[in-house]
Order: sequence, then structure tokens, then C-alpha cells
Amino acid sequence: MVVPSLKLQDLIEEIRGAKTQAQEREVIQKECAHIRASFRDGDPVHRHRQLAKLLYVHMLGYPAHFGQMECLKLIASSRFTDKRVGYLGAMLLLDERHDAHLLITNSIKNDLSQGIQPVQGLALCTLSTMGSAEMCRDLAPEVEKLLLQPSPYVRKKAILTAVHMIRKVPELSSVFLPPCAQLLHEHTRNRLSCILLGTITLITELCERSPAALRHFRKVVPQLVHILRTLVTMGYSTEHSISGVSDPFLQVGGHSSKTMTNTSPLSSPQVATNTDTSRNAGNAVLFETVLTIMDIRSAAGLRVLAVNILGRFLLNSDRNIRYVALTSLLRLVQSDHSAVQRHRPTVVECLRETDASLSRRALELSLALVNSSNVRAMMQELQAFLESCPPDLRADCASGILLAAERFAPTKRWHIDTILHVLTTAGTHVRDDAVANLTQLIGGAQELHAYSVRRLYNALAEDISQQPLVQVAAWCIGEYGDLLLAGNCEEIEPLQVDEEEVLALLEKVLQSHMSLPATRGYALTALMKLSTRLCGDNNRIRQVVSIYGSCLDVELQQRAVEYDTLFRKYDHMRAAILEKMPLVERDGPQADEEAKESKEAAQLSEAAPVPTEPQASQLLDLLDLLDGASGDVQHPPPLDPSPGGALIHLLDLPCVPPPPAPIPDLKVFEREGVQLNLSFIRPPENPALLLITVTATNFSEGDVTHFICQAAVPKSLQLQLQAPSGNTVPARGGLPITQLFRILNPNKAPLRLKLRLTYDHFHQSVQEIFEVNNLPVESWQ
Amino acid sequence: MTCRQGKLRLQKWYITRELVQTVLARKPKMCSFLEWRDLKIVYKRYASLYFCCAIEDQDNELITLEIIHRYVELLDKYFGSVCELDIIFNFEKAYFILDEFLLGGEVQETSKKNVLKAIEQADLLQEKTETISVLSNIKS
Repeated sequence: MVVPSLKLQDLIEEIRGAKTQAQEREVIQKECAHIRASFRDGDPVHRHRQLAKLLYVHMLGYPAHFGQMECLKLIASSRFTDKRVGYLGAMLLLDERHDAHLLITNSIKNDLSQGIQPVQGLALCTLSTMGSAEMCRDLAPEVEKLLLQPSPYVRKKAILTAVHMIRKVPELSSVFLPPCAQLLHEHTRNRLSCILLGTITLITELCERSPAALRHFRKVVPQLVHILRTLVTMGYSTEHSISGVSDPFLQVGGHSSKTMTNTSPLSSPQVATNTDTSRNAGNAVLFETVLTIMDIRSAAGLRVLAVNILGRFLLNSDRNIRYVALTSLLRLVQSDHSAVQRHRPTVVECLRETDASLSRRALELSLALVNSSNVRAMMQELQAFLESCPPDLRADCASGILLAAERFAPTKRWHIDTILHVLTTAGTHVRDDAVANLTQLIGGAQELHAYSVRRLYNALAEDISQQPLVQVAAWCIGEYGDLLLAGNCEEIEPLQVDEEEVLALLEKVLQSHMSLPATRGYALTALMKLSTRLCGDNNRIRQVVSIYGSCLDVELQQRAVEYDTLFRKYDHMRAAILEKMPLVERDGPQADEEAKESKEAAQLSEAAPVPTEPQASQLLDLLDLLDGASGDVQHPPPLDPSPGGALIHLLDLPCVPPPPAPIPDLKVFEREGVQLNLSFIRPPENPALLLITVTATNFSEGDVTHFICQAAVPKSLQLQLQAPSGNTVPARGGLPITQLFRILNPNKAPLRLKLRLTYDHFHQSVQEIFEVNNLPVESWQ
Repeated sequence: MTCRQGKLRLQKWYITRELVQTVLARKPKMCSFLEWRDLKIVYKRYASLYFCCAIEDQDNELITLEIIHRYVELLDKYFGSVCELDIIFNFEKAYFILDEFLLGGEVQETSKKNVLKAIEQADLLQEKTETISVLSNIKS
């Protein structure tokens, strides 16, 4: 019984009739089964219909690879219907990854040389869509012949196919270069704009590939300019134009080719004035002019013209135009800064856009436009933007503002205000060193201590959730608490702050679940410092400190216990230790920490006088003393007894060990183009661990398959092999296989490694067992 | 080309779900450009269909909008007031029209008349061959 196959329309209807995904799948699977059967039976009459259905199914996302061979059969058929669907199938189903694609080369060749025009067109189209490098090389002569055929229909396709071929196989440039001149000639005789368009594209592509072509085509530039000028000034033919702009596609092509040949576009001003900008097509052409001016070495006058055009774009009500204007201005702002500055108000307007892409561009451009004369106004705008901008732009905006403030701050007070504002608005998004920078800044501005501490106190009282702000505020209150309590400050209205209030606030920070451990550390230290700054008795502070002596956080606990000890045993030193910090040189955060560390450590030493300049070398001498100091105190067991650790904990600054020098890679095996490389990593946080990444690469002409690597190490080490990324390495530098070995070597025993490799190569199975020599010493010491 | 529910109606070269979702998430007043991986995506919405085009960094976005518009005009002329259903049921025709307008990613023919003429001729040819084959089937 022959079941008549569904027509394409009917199948589509059926699929659309399915109410659920599962139903749809059922329908499709049933139909695919029919299609497969039909392919097997080799029914030539309905083959094209089956393939069309298959293509529809493929577009919906279902597998359709079994139709590939059918495409070939259809292409080879002599019926036009078959060819049409067959070529479409080839474009959709076949591509370079499937070997089958080469099989259509022959069919294409036949069709190109003997087919009627529509068939030639189909073949060229397919070739330009999915033609791989081999196909292009094979078929280049055919395409070249078609370039000079009389029919423009075929020619224009041939030209664009040539463009594709050159992209795939740059060496073919030499084949397609000579016909270009003739093609241009044709245009001047016959005015075939489609040919011209294709030719321009071809020339552009050729120029991109080789400088020799560039020189060759410089001669034709005057010709192109002339063509462009005629397009602009003379009348237009309705079929080519879009709303009054004669053939914008051609104009755009003309401009881009001029970019390639790097000549001054004399016609640009003319284009700019003549083009009607009320519709997008006109703007597109204008935009292309701008791009051209930007890309080549134009005279200053032209660049200003470009900037002005972009400025006009910015005022356009169409979002798209504003977007491209902002993007292009960003490119120009480095080179033509003053010209772009003139449009600053408009740019700032764009910050208020609701569209995320637009406001992002506007932000970047605004940040680029900030300079010392407009910094106050710009900062105001940017800060307003920060308050309302979408979250993903916040981090960029905040760091942009801080950077600009750093570069252009007119006064220190303004700078502090700005940073403060950023911290209150977007505190969680600022960079990590913002805190350090701010404390540094405040420390340096002696006259502003009172002002800063007052403002920070107010800010903290309102909101203790923004961590960087809290950290800075805590630090400031600790350092300048006396100024805070003194009550008078010229620059803000006087505020009577009670000691108890300050202590209560710091305690609140300590107890808040929003505070990070680092923040708590800051708060605790601030409390300690206040014990010397405030006049009242320190019972409350002592109480808090001793509570934290049993805190679960080790760092906090250590700190609290040491402070407690200070109260109990070293009270006489307390004032000296907790003195105000002198300003340190700001040549890097590491130097900062070391300087601060040694300063405080110096103050702990009983015999030595307080040194006037901080020196990192003093650290080592003082470690002994500290050891003595901490040895006296009965510390509960979980504390780290090593002197380096105590120093660190006391001074609440993480000491980052220098990163270990990277261990060089080792090539351990090579045979017939197959190589094995080892690369070593010793993670600093776990000195007993060694990670080896084994990489197998293949530069030979044959694939490596069934690759297995096994390893053995001496008994004192532990080895763990993780699963490899695969077991095939394709030939000629294909994707390598990587595998990770984890080796635990707690006793630092000398590393020895024996490897066993098995794989298939050139149809032979290979087995290699060898020990790795020359293992670098750093891998196990 | 995708419809509002994210189904693909037509695709040339490649398109991924992720891109489709990003485009569909755009609000109506936003500008027509976005960045995706290292390409620029230009999209335009016509009724329930989204037309997306991926271009390289140095290409002109505004002209791409024109290209999209020109293609829609061609579809409109060919089908006579095109709607989504036309494209669904005649997807292969939509492909053929695209192939006459663009080739290898470049604009092939700027005259609407010429593009439509070429399609007409191919359609005629197809009908001719089909009539011949139907006749031969009847005879045999």
C-alpha cells in the first residue's frame, strides 16, 4: 500500500495543530520516519517535497542529518525544482564540518559551466554560503569565467562569490584582481549598479587582504569619487532609491572602499549637505561619511565636520541614531577632544536615558570628557546618575567617578565629599582600595579632620550597611574621636555628640550581622583607640573588648585578647600605642601596611624609643620581643603561637606572602609528531599539593585515538588522576587532551614520576612506558 | 527571524537560543542595537516578528537597518501584504528571496524590481518543470 506523502503545507498545519511540545515531537517523529523510508526507497518524484519538509523540521530544531545525501541527489537531478530545494538543503544542512559537503563540488562545477542562468545563480549562491576552502580552490576557475559573462544576473553573483572565496582562501586574490578593472569599465559603459556594488565589495575585500592590491586600486579612486558625486548630485531612479536618497547601499559601499584606499574624500562635504536626513537611509549614508573621515587621515576641518555631524545625530529623536553617535564620539574623543567637548551638554542629557545601551555609552563618553575645568559640573551630573542608574552600571560609574575625582579634584574637601557621596550611594560597588585611599586622603588633610569625622559620623549614624563607608567611618572615629566630641567645627553646623552615643554606634556596628569580619576589626580597633581619646572611664570599652575575647572569629578573638591584655598589664603603654597615626608615604598598599605594622610594633618595645621613620627591617628585630610579650600572656590554645602570626593578628592587616615563582613547563615525550607536556602549579595555600596538567598535542598528519595516560609515583607520595578531557587528538594541531594529576607530598620527598601511554596512531597501537627525568626541583621542595 | 514566542521562522547561518532570549527581553522603546559575544546585533520588530542581523564591528549599523527594511519590503511585495503565516507556510520562498537580495552576506541587488523579477523567473521555471513532470506522470 502506498501512503501518499504529506504536502509541505499540510505538514506545517499538522505541526502547528499540536497543542503540546510532546504532541509536536510525535508528529515530527512520525513524519521523519516516513521521510526516511522514502529516502531509502529512492523515490525521485517526491524527493524534493520530502526534503522541504525535512528542512522545516530542521528549522524547528530537530535533527535532520539524514537528509544530507538527499541534497546531493537533488542537486544532481536535472529538474529545476529539485535543484532549488537541493541547494537550499545544502546551505542549511551541509557545512564544513561534514565531509559530505565536498561531494557537491562536482555538481556545482557542472551547473556553473553548463547550467542555465537560474541554475548558475543557485550554484553560486550555495558556494558563497557554505563553500569551504577546498571547494573554493577547486571552483575558482569556473567563477572567474562567469565574472566576464554578458549576463549581469550571473555576473553580480559571481562577483560576490569571488568575495567569499577570497575570504576563505586569500591566495585567490591574484586570480580575481585582474578582472576588476574591466568590471569597472563595464559600469561606466552600461551603468549597471548591481555590478558596481559587487565590484566595489570585491575591491574592498582585495584591498583588505593585500597592500599590493591597495596600490593597484589607488588609480581607480578618482573614478569611484566621480561615480559617487554623480549619484549625489544628479537625479535618481525610483527603483534604486529609498525615500529620496539615491541608492544608499551603493553610496555606503563607495565610502568604505575609499576608506580602504586611504584618500581624502573630497566629496564628503557635498554628501553631507545634499543628503536628506529626515529618514534613516539618509542618516545611514551620513554616518558612513563620518566613519570614513574617522578611519582615514583626514584634515582637521573634516574631522570637525564629522564631530558636528555626530553632534547633530545626538539631537535626533531616533534612539538608534543617538546610539551610533555616542559610540563614534567615544572613538573620536581621544584625538579630537576639544571638538567633542562642545557637545558635552548633549552627551550629559543622554545620561538620563532609560535605555541601558544608550546610558552605558553616555556614561563612558561622559567620563572621558571630564577635565579640570568642568569637573564640578560633571561630577554633579554623574553622581545624580549614580543614584538612579541600573545596577550593572553602578560599579563602572562609581570607579569612574572616583578616578576622575582623583585626577581633577579642585580641593581636598571636595574630593572627600565626592568620595563620601559615592560610598553612601554605591558603597558595595566600589573597588577594594577605595577605603585605603580615603583613609590616606583624610589622614593627609589635617585641617579637615574635624570636618571629615563629623560627616562620617553622621553618615554612619544613618546607615551601617555599606561596608566601605563603615570601615572608613570607624577608622576616622577611632583616630579623631576627640575632635568629634569637641563639638565645634566651622564647616558644618555644630553637633553635640555624646561619648555614650559614639560608643553605642561602634558597638552597633560590631554586633550587626551586616558587618563583615574586616569591618568588625576596624570597629574594635576604633573602640580601643577611643579609650585614650575619651575622657570618661573605660569600663564600657573594656567590657566590649573582653566579650570579644571569646568570639568565634579567630582574628577578632586574638585582637580582643591582646587589647584586653593591654588594659590589664600594659596600661601605662596604652596611650603611646594608641596615639594618632602619622601620615605614611603612599607608594603602594603593601608599603602602607608594612609601615603601619612596624610603627605599631616599634611602640610595643619596652626599651627602644619610638623611631621617627617607619622601617620594614625593624619588623624582624621586634619579632623576638613580641614573641616574649605574647609568651607571657596565657593565650587559649586555638591561637597561632608563631610570632609572625601574632604580629599579623595584632595589626589586623593581612600579610600577603610573595607569589611563588612559576615553575617552567616540561616536555616529556615526543614521537612522530605526538608530544606530551607537563605544567606544574604549587598553590600557595597548600604547600604539600602539586598540580600537574598533562597536555597531549598532535602535529602529525594522522589522528591519535584511544589515548590513555597512566602514572605512578613513589609510595611516600599520593597521586590522584582526574578524568582526561577526551581520548582523541585530531591531526595537525587539533584540540589537545588535558588531564590533571594531583600529587600530595607532605614530606617534601623527591618527586619521581613514571608514565605509561597507550594510543592508536597511523593505524598502529602504540605503548610507551618511561620515567620522567629532569623534574624541576621546585615541584617538590 | 523569530516570532514573539521565540520560535525560529527563518535562519541563515547561525542563531542561538541565548541570543533569541536577549533580543526578546528588550523593551519596545530601546534602541535596536546590542552587543553579543564579539558581534553587533541589529534587530527590528515588525508586528510579531523580530528580524535580527549580526554584523561585524566595523560595519555600519544604520545601513543594516535599511537592509532589514528592504528585505521586509521585498517580502511584502512578493506575498502581497505579508503576514507571519505567509512566511511560515512558504518559508522556502522567503529563503529564495533572501538569496536574491543578499549573497555571501553582502547586498547583491539594490533594485527591488530586479530582485522580484529574478524570483518570478525562477518560479515560472519551477512551474514549467512541474507541469512537464505531471504530464509525463499522467501519460505513463
